[in-house]
Amino acid sequence: MAITVNIPPPLRPYAEGTDKISLSPADATTVAGALKVLVTRHPGLNDRMYTNGQLRPFVNVYLNNEDVRFLDGEFDAPLKDGDDVAIIPAVGGG
Amino acid sequence: MVSVNPASIPQSPLVAGMKCRVCGKQWPVSTTNFCEDDFGPLEVDYHYDRIKPLVSRQLFESRPNNMWRWKEFLPLNGEPTVGLHVGGTPLVKADRLGKAIGIENLWVKNDAVNFPTLSFKDRVVAVALSKAREFGLETVGCASTGNLANSVAANAAAAGLKSYILVPSDLERAKVLGTSVYGANVISVRGTYDEVNRLCTQIAFHHGWGFVNINLRPFYAEGSKTMGYEIAQQLGWRTPRNVVSPMAGGALIGKISKGFNELAAAGLIDAPKTSFFGAQATGCNPISGSVKENRERHKPVRKPDTICKSLAIGDPADGFFAAKLIRESGGWAEDVSDDEIRECMALLAGTEGIFAETAGGVTVAVARKLVRQGKIRPGEETVLCITGNGLKTQDSVAEILPAPAVINPQLPEFQALLVNGAPPVRKAEPAMA
Repeated sequence: MAITVNIPPPLRPYAEGTDKISLSPADATTVAGALKVLVTRHPGLNDRMYTNGQLRPFVNVYLNNEDVRFLDGEFDAPLKDGDDVAIIPAVGGG
Repeated sequence: MVSVNPASIPQSPLVAGMKCRVCGKQWPVSTTNFCEDDFGPLEVDYHYDRIKPLVSRQLFESRPNNMWRWKEFLPLNGEPTVGLHVGGTPLVKADRLGKAIGIENLWVKNDAVNFPTLSFKDRVVAVALSKAREFGLETVGCASTGNLANSVAANAAAAGLKSYILVPSDLERAKVLGTSVYGANVISVRGTYDEVNRLCTQIAFHHGWGFVNINLRPFYAEGSKTMGYEIAQQLGWRTPRNVVSPMAGGALIGKISKGFNELAAAGLIDAPKTSFFGAQATGCNPISGSVKENRERHKPVRKPDTICKSLAIGDPADGFFAAKLIRESGGWAEDVSDDEIRECMALLAGTEGIFAETAGGVTVAVARKLVRQGKIRPGEETVLCITGNGLKTQDSVAEILPAPAVINPQLPEFQALLVNGAPPVRKAEPAMA
């Protein structure tokens, strides 16, 4: 088991074509930590996802299909083995 | 039937491309709906300098009364192929409703009678599916709170496109039936609209289908502008002092404003000075909440709790832009309870003969509340946007309506009713503060 961070298709060109990365719980203990590992491994994603160190406003992040903004601690929500983190653009709906 | 393959038509010279609404970067026209630099939503950008010499009031008035009379302002490369009879709905002078809620100069833009599925969503779907055919897509779909489901299913059926419609599992029965009947693949998802929406984003990525409110959203949203053009034309080529619009994803209110601004850019009306007012249900009020609490970003609502399912979007894609427009135009936003929604559905029906769905009750109730707050003044000309038909949400209003009196087919029994004052009366009385 591992923690998976899924990269949406439109961002894969900035991540050498990778669709996901696997982390061990030792690599990151929070959602924010997992995203930091992602942009460290694939630096091309950093400017796409962050501005001035903050996650861009139209980037939505889900932990096991739940919007991170609804979790206790939000981006500081703890991770455990088997967790699934997904990045999805927030421009649908209505 | 259309004989040409829409996918073979070159790009319209009137469309400049796609523009990021956050950073302004230009992107080519495609089914990517967000800026790859910053995830900002993309919007269709036009060459207004090329449109202006092509259009006139006379030209638009000479065309059939439907949304396509405005085709120069819509993002198709060729002629529309889906939804050819959408739009051209009445703008009703609403004096009796106006008297009841305290607005002397009130209009109702009535998209409850839009063709073919009785909501404003036919406008957006007509553009999105016409564009889907230009992209050569054969399978389309949507995440929906109901009205969009009806419209995608009906228009896709008429265009011979395969459709997948994903809806929250608590949706009103009439809206589910009004989707299945068109032969659509309807999938009921255990979750909120926002969860359905997230799933559809993932489906669109994986299958390459055209989801009208996801990867086709920049084109889809443009269809809403036609409500703005129609309002301005129906008022005699001018814009009202106020517009009150319901907000779910928050796109409609912004597109009505864009429509007004485009008519002005083309020299067809004076520069608009309209204030925009947004209406939500208190049980799902992310946008009105952000306006009232003066927050730039809305706080998403995890579990919407309102009878107004059609506005129950907890994390509205256009929330930021809608709140910004409302503030900058001198408008305001409010939200109302389920009881107020029911009462005002009956009030609109009983004063104007217009049976709107729950979102119409929201819009009327919010307008009344804004008058009571002094945010809308009685003398200001105001247009209420009614976006869906009450026949789709009958259950929500049934409990406040009186049951009919039951008699035998005998004249004395009827006359006894008159004497006893028993004929049914509306329970929702006009209520002034």
